[in-house]
Amino acid sequence: METLINGLSLGGIYALIALGYTMVYGIAKMLNFAHGDIIMAGAYAILLVVGMTGNLLLSVVALIAAIAFCVLLGVTTERLAYRPLRGASPLAVLITAIGVSYLLQSIAQLFFTSEGQPVSTGAAQLGSVTFLGANLKLSSLITLGLCVMIMTALTLFVDKTRVGRAMLAVSEDRGAASLMGINTNLIITLTFAIGSALAAFASLFYLMQFPVVSPTLGSMPGIKAFTAAVIGGIGSIPGAMVGGVLLGVIECVCQSIPALSPYTIAIEFGLLIIILLVRPVGLLGKKRREKV
Amino acid sequence: MALLTVENLQVSYGLIRAIKGVSFEVNEGEIVALIGANGAGKTTIMHALSNLIGKDAGTVHFADTDITHTPAHKLVPMGLAQVPEGRRIFQELTVAENLRLGAYTRKDKAEFNEMLEKMFERFPILKERRKQVAGTLSGGEQQMLAMSRALMSHPKLLLLDEPSMGLSPLYVNTIFDMIRQINEEGTTVLLVEQNAKKALSIADRAYVLEIGKIAKTGTGEELLSDDAIRRAYLGD
Ligand SMILES: Nc1ncnc2c1ncn2[C@@H]1O[C@H](COP(=O)(O)OP(=O)(O)OP(=O)(O)O)[C@@H](O)[C@H]1O
Ligand SMILES: [Mg+2]
Repeated sequence: METLINGLSLGGIYALIALGYTMVYGIAKMLNFAHGDIIMAGAYAILLVVGMTGNLLLSVVALIAAIAFCVLLGVTTERLAYRPLRGASPLAVLITAIGVSYLLQSIAQLFFTSEGQPVSTGAAQLGSVTFLGANLKLSSLITLGLCVMIMTALTLFVDKTRVGRAMLAVSEDRGAASLMGINTNLIITLTFAIGSALAAFASLFYLMQFPVVSPTLGSMPGIKAFTAAVIGGIGSIPGAMVGGVLLGVIECVCQSIPALSPYTIAIEFGLLIIILLVRPVGLLGKKRREKV
Repeated sequence: MALLTVENLQVSYGLIRAIKGVSFEVNEGEIVALIGANGAGKTTIMHALSNLIGKDAGTVHFADTDITHTPAHKLVPMGLAQVPEGRRIFQELTVAENLRLGAYTRKDKAEFNEMLEKMFERFPILKERRKQVAGTLSGGEQQMLAMSRALMSHPKLLLLDEPSMGLSPLYVNTIFDMIRQINEEGTTVLLVEQNAKKALSIADRAYVLEIGKIAKTGTGEELLSDDAIRRAYLGD
């Protein structure tokens, strides 16, 4: 039970990050390898606001600051680095994204050195509640609850609003979408903004569980979330949620079993390979029709 | 009065010039057909008009406005809509969602509902299928959806790129009837067609495109009775 809740909340974090990968992939048709580093940037924003105070109210303020900073950063990288390459070969865009990733890490190193810096969000003081005999960390429950709320809101936004519908249209056929009067550049910018805002939430939730900030903080959750997005079917929003949660639960279950815990990462990526062998488009991915 | 004026349009793909200086105009209220063999450059012209691809040279005016470089999405609220070649409906969205996207630039809800009723009246099948994913419609139904979707934006000028492509004769007739009806209701039409006979028979005027250049122009009737045209495009 405890493992399950921890796994679900870690999975929620992966899902939030995976949504950023999958939405950008679906709508802008590119793999944004720098997405993990947006989480790192958000984490530094939180560090600057909260520091070691452990003040919960300050953590909320920090979250808002991180959202603002991540959105600004995400939109700026899209504008400066990716938009000039629209229509260029996918490989050129991919290499640019990798370059942006290293650039962001180097900038962080320049300002904050490469040392890990502890941060106290106040999550530890939250303590835990006992439910059905299980000892559940309140911070995990909060993470889980908020992740569910954010993902429900996102799903409703995409499925039910005019702008959400425009996002789906751009993802399916950018040219046809612009013939509907949709400003496709604006929709792509918005997608980056949403992905970055989700990443900022992920920054805070991640720091609540692993409270040390360093310039490479984004790499591991970034790679894991990317894996989750691929497992779920890249480009699919529910796929990213399912993939993230699946990966988080597997990770926590593996780590709670001493015999398996050293092999956790191998098991996770092994799962990716198996799923891709059985279903190359991922669990909920759709086979893309080839354009005529 | 000319609603669309195209002057010396030139378009290239890489080093290959596909459109080599094309000029034509479409007057308000007309149906103008653009016919030509496969690869003549009809779709290229349509894409260039909506600025889905760039132009090398030339100007395009819509009424009195220079729209040579106006981005595609800004043309729709001005009254220029296009049903592109291959229909390109949003296959993964429902029929109703496709129609809503057609009205993306119109914010008046009452007007939207009125338009929707009109489309459903014209094509009851769309009403029946409104909650169905558009990719599951038949080719003919998809074409009707594509045309209805374009009409949802209240265009002054409708660009149609091969609306009869791949359809059975019955549907071809329905589509051409619909084009005539749309025109009678006040929408000007620029029609690209492989089916030259049908196109010329409903067109006020037509242009014949041969490898990137206008080879001939005249009224629909004139071209229908032109021997060279009959041999080349009507299979007589
Ligand atoms: N994306 C492209 N890249 C390179 N060349 C292209 C591209 N699209 C079209 N062409 C070339 O431009 C020329 C005109 O093509 P276009 O599609 O405009 O013809 P069309 O008149 O619409 O033909 P069809 O009746 O078959 O639809 C052709 O020679 C075609 O091969
Ligand atoms: Mg064509």
